[in-house]
Amino acid sequence: MSTTLTRADVTRIAELARLELTTDELDLFTRQLGDILGYVEQIRELDTSGVAPTSHVLNLPVERPDVIVEPLARPAALANAPDAAPEAGLFKVPRVI
Amino acid sequence: MGAHIEQSARAVARDVATGARPAAEVCEAFLDRIRSEEPRICAFNTVVHERAMARATAIDAARTAGQTSLRDQPLLGVPVAVKDNMCTTGVPTTASSRILRGFVPPYSATVVTRLEAAGAIVIGKTNLDEFAMGSSTENSAVGPTKNPWDVSRTPGGSSGGSAAAVAARMAPVALGSDTGGSIRQPAAFCGLVGVKPTYGRVSRYGLMAFASSLDQIGPFAHTAEDAALVLQAIAGHDPHDATSSTESVPDFLSGLDRGVAGLRIGVPRAFVGEGVDASVQRAFADALDRWRAAGAQIVDVELPHARYAIPVYYLIATAEASSNLARYDGVRYGHRATPGRDDGLKNMYERTRDEGFGAEVKRRIMLGTYVLSAGYYDAYYLKAQQVRTLLRQDYEHAFASCDVVAMPTTPTPAFKLGEKTDDPIQMYLSDVFTVSANLTGLPAISIPAGLSPERLPIGVQLTGRMFDEATLFAAAHALEI
Repeated sequence: MSTTLTRADVTRIAELARLELTTDELDLFTRQLGDILGYVEQIRELDTSGVAPTSHVLNLPVERPDVIVEPLARPAALANAPDAAPEAGLFKVPRVI
Repeated sequence: MGAHIEQSARAVARDVATGARPAAEVCEAFLDRIRSEEPRICAFNTVVHERAMARATAIDAARTAGQTSLRDQPLLGVPVAVKDNMCTTGVPTTASSRILRGFVPPYSATVVTRLEAAGAIVIGKTNLDEFAMGSSTENSAVGPTKNPWDVSRTPGGSSGGSAAAVAARMAPVALGSDTGGSIRQPAAFCGLVGVKPTYGRVSRYGLMAFASSLDQIGPFAHTAEDAALVLQAIAGHDPHDATSSTESVPDFLSGLDRGVAGLRIGVPRAFVGEGVDASVQRAFADALDRWRAAGAQIVDVELPHARYAIPVYYLIATAEASSNLARYDGVRYGHRATPGRDDGLKNMYERTRDEGFGAEVKRRIMLGTYVLSAGYYDAYYLKAQQVRTLLRQDYEHAFASCDVVAMPTTPTPAFKLGEKTDDPIQMYLSDVFTVSANLTGLPAISIPAGLSPERLPIGVQLTGRMFDEATLFAAAHALEI
């Protein structure tokens, strides 16, 4: 595996992350992300065979009673939407298909 | 006015409770101070004049009616500045991002609710690096905050607005959030006490998530006592945050005077020797001498994996961020790009996020997306999680022979605005001593430890055992005497 990142790689990552980049951003991020990956690669020199990963430092089972609580009222939930149909109680988005 | 704004939070609350000073007078004094200092410092995204004064007046009325108690409201009438990534009902909360411009939360973060229950008054929302991603408050859509000690320098970040607000006496105390050093580094740069509590100590409900296995909320204050007072008010389990711990919360104030006699302070000499400014080395050595003179024992410890903490941090934090920031899509809140005629949903998402996020946030989302993607997950993300385990083991071993680990908080005092903005890796390296506490979950405190020859504050950091903030407060207090 190489740390060299191409413009095509960055274009693919941007699409996965739902970011539409300008040409300038694409050039800048291709260079900077390559540099950052080159830097973080140093952890690969460590032998971690047999080491359990830490995803979370408090691995406690979390349980709570299954009770119904009052949710956020619909008008309050819709109040910050850039486009909504409050009378129908719905968020609005551009066409999907 | 000068003397009043320099009062500690504890003294303010006592005066308000006894009626020696009305809360409205306190609040007005700090709002006046904000009017005179804010144009120079730019610490606040929003100042809530009317809401704060209305609360102060209500507190005074309640006191006159005999309905207040300092025991139940230890922060009675104390103005607090809150980092603008914590939700406040009815008050804009933007994370200093264009994508949340105009967002007015319908609920408050648990920390805000608890501060208000303790009698505190939210006086404003403070500037930060966008979504807390940065170390200088320069990655803010509203512009950088300046360091009150030298306005050509950064106050640090990401909680730079909160640090600057307290340092400039625009609020006696403030809340920040710390994912990799975002409370401790600005506390060091601004000459304050800053605490990153144990992971799980404080509820994150209502905090805009950056990296959920690392984020923690904590206080800024001028003294260990005020920091303890604020942590006391916000700590403890919250049913709204499943990661908040049910561990009982001790009385942080009662142990403050217990001193450091017999305390074993571990120093990872090999790690703190590299790339550290001479003025910081000197301040660190002085602090160790003072603790030793007060009865502490200084011992050598090894943290062989600490030098990998920055790469591990940037792999884990960005992976979590790429997932957490997926919610900003222009549908339910915040900015939405103006659609083109034939735009579908996917174009709307992409354009909204391109317009809404700044460069550093995009870099981190993309790095996180990459390290989680098929073919790279094991080599980067899983590997980083394994090294995270090795780092935790380093601290476990260290705590076999010491009670706290001491390091400088930062390698240098506050750097110049603009100095590191073009070089992300150099910016990341300013967190070299702070990220380990987040990766291990351990509590850590930055304590003021004198000034550099240019008269810039320097901080030293102590890291304690899980849920042992009390020892950190006592050790910090010992340096203040």
